[in-house]
Amino acid sequence: MTAQSTTLLIIGGGPGGYVAAIRAAQLGIPTTLIEGAQPGGTCLNIGCIPSKALIHAAHELEKARHYADGSALGIKAADPTLDIAQTVQWKNGIVGRLTGGVSALLKKHGVQVVRGWAEIVDGKTVEVRPADAGSAEGATTIRCEHLLLAAGSEAVALPSMPFGGRVVSSTEALSPMEVPKRLVVVGAGYIGLELGTVYRKLGAQVHVVEAADRILPAYDPDLTRPVLASLQKMGVVLHLQNTVLGLNAQGDAVRVRAADGQEAELGADQVLVAVGRRPRTQGWGLEKLMLDMDGRAVQIDERCHTSMRNVWAIGDLTGEPMLAHRAMAQGEMVAEIVAGKRRVFSPASIPAVCFTDPEVVVSGMGPGEAQQAGIDAVTALFPFAANGRAMTLESTDGFVRVVARRDNHLILGWQAVGAGVSELSAAFSQSIEMGARLEDVAGTIHAHPTLGEAVQETALRALGHALHI
Amino acid sequence: MGIHIIKMPDIGEGIAEVELVEWHVQPGDQVSEDQLLADVMTDKATVEVPSPVVGKVVSLGGNVGDVMAVGAELIRLEVDGAGNAAAAPAMPAATVQRDASADAPTPRAAPQETGPVVSAPAPSAPAAMTRNLSQSGPESGAGIAQRDQAASASAPKTAPAPAAGALRQPGEKPLASPAVRQRAADQGIDLRYVAASGKAGQITHADLDAHVARGGPAQAGAQQGPAYAERNGEHAVPVIGLRRKIAQKMQESKRRIPHFSYVEEVDVTELEALRGKLNARFGDSRGKLTLLPLLIRAIVLAVREFPQVNARFDDEAGVVTQYDAVHMGVAAQTDAGLMVPVLRHAEALDLWSSAARVARLAEAARTGKIARDEVAGSTITISSLGALGGIVSTPVINYPEVAIVGINRMVERPVIVNGSIVARKMMNLSSSFDHRVVDGMHAAEFIQVVRAYLECPATLFVE
Repeated sequence: MTAQSTTLLIIGGGPGGYVAAIRAAQLGIPTTLIEGAQPGGTCLNIGCIPSKALIHAAHELEKARHYADGSALGIKAADPTLDIAQTVQWKNGIVGRLTGGVSALLKKHGVQVVRGWAEIVDGKTVEVRPADAGSAEGATTIRCEHLLLAAGSEAVALPSMPFGGRVVSSTEALSPMEVPKRLVVVGAGYIGLELGTVYRKLGAQVHVVEAADRILPAYDPDLTRPVLASLQKMGVVLHLQNTVLGLNAQGDAVRVRAADGQEAELGADQVLVAVGRRPRTQGWGLEKLMLDMDGRAVQIDERCHTSMRNVWAIGDLTGEPMLAHRAMAQGEMVAEIVAGKRRVFSPASIPAVCFTDPEVVVSGMGPGEAQQAGIDAVTALFPFAANGRAMTLESTDGFVRVVARRDNHLILGWQAVGAGVSELSAAFSQSIEMGARLEDVAGTIHAHPTLGEAVQETALRALGHALHI
Repeated sequence: MGIHIIKMPDIGEGIAEVELVEWHVQPGDQVSEDQLLADVMTDKATVEVPSPVVGKVVSLGGNVGDVMAVGAELIRLEVDGAGNAAAAPAMPAATVQRDASADAPTPRAAPQETGPVVSAPAPSAPAAMTRNLSQSGPESGAGIAQRDQAASASAPKTAPAPAAGALRQPGEKPLASPAVRQRAADQGIDLRYVAASGKAGQITHADLDAHVARGGPAQAGAQQGPAYAERNGEHAVPVIGLRRKIAQKMQESKRRIPHFSYVEEVDVTELEALRGKLNARFGDSRGKLTLLPLLIRAIVLAVREFPQVNARFDDEAGVVTQYDAVHMGVAAQTDAGLMVPVLRHAEALDLWSSAARVARLAEAARTGKIARDEVAGSTITISSLGALGGIVSTPVINYPEVAIVGINRMVERPVIVNGSIVARKMMNLSSSFDHRVVDGMHAAEFIQVVRAYLECPATLFVE
């Protein structure tokens, strides 16, 4: 066994961990990062990036099929075919470039990367087992002054239908060997709907089972209505208010029970369980630290400090919202705190995006949240049907909505649904972080013709003088 | 749901009004039975008012510093069941406001410099005071914190409608761009205390500049100004609670009593020798003696010859009451301020009993556990600053008494005795008398008698 020591030791090379490592190294802190798999974590390897790659591929295929059907644009094409193996290879190429890029960045900044699986010994000592069990190298013990826990999250399994065989998690669904004929998706959250849409566009029959009475239960119904309409138009079959009982005896169908107690079987060649993710707290000695927990998540304060001195935690391990950009911001902050700066994690908004078709984006407060907070708020909405650019993109479904204080017009939140609206999140969050008022956005010239004009028009409408509606 | 009104309790015999010195709850708080609601004060005793019921605070009957009549509405609670109030309107009329300027802690009463303070946040100034003064010892402490609370409590009532986004409500998150937030963090500035100039309460870089220029709390390392930087902070310290009592009594004493001060030098060499021997012999069994019990004994004996200095002068009635008993006030410094516990019947106590009682009284005063009758009724007072005694002081008479004796520092000095220079332990006694009823000659003679006792300590024990 070999031993070494460092100042900052980071467990987990996902978006939180690798950003913390780069920032710490920039600040001159001797930093070691432990990663058992590829750097980049869930996001780069089995989450955000591969799913967006497949969403793009599926969208392109659907467009081509649309041309074959006879397009209003006058474009005609022959019936397209799909080589799924090549699609996956293309996606893997992107993932490989990005994870390779992260490795290069870590190296460039002088971060020491230790490949292997961490096992916590105590708050200042971690043992690393080689990732390759047959490796000649033994375990390494690393001692540190600061320990940063960034172990991320894992997909939640259903007790009635554990992973294995036809039952897969998002990880497997992102690397399909073939497109199943019949796919049953359990969970109508953003992961289930993003992948369900992909598989529908790739040609599968898709059934989505959801226990709640509507899709995307975390978002308000106005926002999800265009997504619902689109799913129905695509032919995705929704089974709302249905609970999953498990596979049938033959293992080729999912048994569900509706709210009225009626049971049914949904034939499935593949079952994607996407019922959520939970902090990865098991199997790496975390329990030895006996940290205060917040449910299943590690409890942290506004500095991402755990209940143990000089032990920090960021990202999915610390619970909702489980978003890569939150983890990155936390990681950067913890590195600066370790370097002696005074920082607290106090963003005005953490935006969230669903890459469904159409996309949904939220930043800051929705109308309901403002009401709950007891704020007298105004809300205004501008439909993409009145936006020239949207018409030219054949995607006029959806709208932009703003929530602002009635008294001083301070913008509290933005929501949008529509094709490509994820890119509006930058404008939304920036206006909220800067403390913009409706007048600030209304008074900013937005380029014509763009979808972004809808943002300005929304602010104008909230002020009572929209120009184009 | 009903309303339960708790009235200001009658906490002392014949006391008609009491001062509210601290709130332990705020409107909206859930309170349990026996939970402390407020501290109120009469004379020099502080009394805690607990809640007799379980409920939620609806409104407070006054601000910290208000003098309220006994029986006035102290607090209004929302309780399960009927409560004790038949939807009666609040009775703020019972609140007696004294010194409106000091008592009404509206947010605007705080000192605000000119400049871009279009929208001064309510907690700004009081919070700064807490920060700067909370550790400055006896002067302020609790009082400041109370003022802070009072300001927060009254802010919702007094703040103008935030049409122009003027004021941040207490507890509201400050609004600032990420760059401003980061700069504030680097400079150790808490944005909650920075006045915002934005129409919606946004704090700008210019606001931070103004805050730092105003002497805002931008210390702590990062941004320490040069040693000769101009400092422009002002910190209004409300005079409430014990401090106000002290102020009133001092004012009363100096306004009513024409003070006559007299300083005499005392050779305490022999007294110290005696004290040393007593402590060597009895120190273990009876406790160590300080100079104080010996001085008390000397005064007890001296006032027998000069009863006019062991007296209280009711100047309105025109009567000086002389006392056979000597109730010796002993001035003591506490965290809350100056207090004068009373050693009753000092004439009946030997040195060690008197030392033990003084120690107990001083401890009780320091811990705030002193009873009201232990701080009243003194007939003459001793004031000692111990090692800080200095050469001369001009003590202020504890009205309505007529005399006070201050002890100055004891030092060894060269003194001519029988033509040769010898080292003697010398100590000054600085005394003040009410010149209306004590003539200068009698005062001087009284001190000379005290001096004679101290310089020949055997006489302290001769009957």
